[in-house]
Amino acid sequence: MEPVIIDQVQKELDRFAQKEVYIHLETTNGAYASHFDESFFSSGAYIRNALLQYEHGKITGNGPFRVGLKMSFGWVYAEGITHFEVDNKGRLLLAGHDFSGKLAVSLQLSEQPF
Amino acid sequence: MEKERHVLVVFPHPDDEAFGVSGTIASYTKSGVPVTYACLTLGEMGRNMGNPPFATRESLPHIRKKELQDAANVLGINDLRMLGYRDKTVEFENEAVLAAHMGSIIKEVKPSLIITFYPGYAVHPDHDACGAAVIKAVKDMPENKRPKVHCVAFSNNCEEEIGQADVVNNVSEVADLKVAAIKAHVSQTQLMAAEMEEQLKNQDPAVMARIHNERFWTYKF
Repeated sequence: MEPVIIDQVQKELDRFAQKEVYIHLETTNGAYASHFDESFFSSGAYIRNALLQYEHGKITGNGPFRVGLKMSFGWVYAEGITHFEVDNKGRLLLAGHDFSGKLAVSLQLSEQPF
Repeated sequence: MEKERHVLVVFPHPDDEAFGVSGTIASYTKSGVPVTYACLTLGEMGRNMGNPPFATRESLPHIRKKELQDAANVLGINDLRMLGYRDKTVEFENEAVLAAHMGSIIKEVKPSLIITFYPGYAVHPDHDACGAAVIKAVKDMPENKRPKVHCVAFSNNCEEEIGQADVVNNVSEVADLKVAAIKAHVSQTQLMAAEMEEQLKNQDPAVMARIHNERFWTYKF
């Protein structure tokens, strides 16, 4: 992956707009957060291969970035995005890594199921 | 260490075998005891991607699968089974179906000893669910057919609730293999492995004790 280049990510978001796409969306602080720090409130969410269609998608912010997808009857968004990659299957992989390189958030789009 | 006929290790993630158990595994394989390792997932949801990142959410399972195979080779495990569950979803599987799957492996392998996590005292939900499925599978067997089960526990409250470990294996003779197994999971351990080697070189007593002694709780049915 490489650090976000906002114009390139925007082009990719446009490429997937208005067609059926599979979404992977995840936030995580890791399963051990509360083990190492009992005062830490552990939380996260995960959805893999939700099939949806969005009208338009946008990346904003000065980095880390925010990405939102507007649907005809709802929204998808992720914040904390630092890196992107279009992999060899043409999928758009967006991820936010913390300062130690640990994944904290990920939003991925694909025309085929992940 | 007691002599075994066949050891079955059941953990949910590549690298679960490395930290607390790899010395025990290496000791068995070295003395000619066959070890089967059933690993439920490929650690697909690991968070360590490096800085700059060397992996993506999609490439990580391929990397970790190779690391798991490398670690198994280091430890002399010649029966490695990857069961195809997905990281962080084990606790959401149907418990009876999962336990039946574990039961079918136990029935086929016929181990004299099973090593798994102590359900309720193993911190990660996948660890607890994996241990619970194995315990249920063994519980469902006739009493005289049940293998021994040695459990790994490390939650902050474990000693308070289940007491001290009753099996402590000194694995100092195979410490080099243990370090090599930990290092095989390079995507997960590169930072701590270097630090650990340094501490071992300096004979840091706390680290030496952690590396050289592996603790288990015999499950009482």
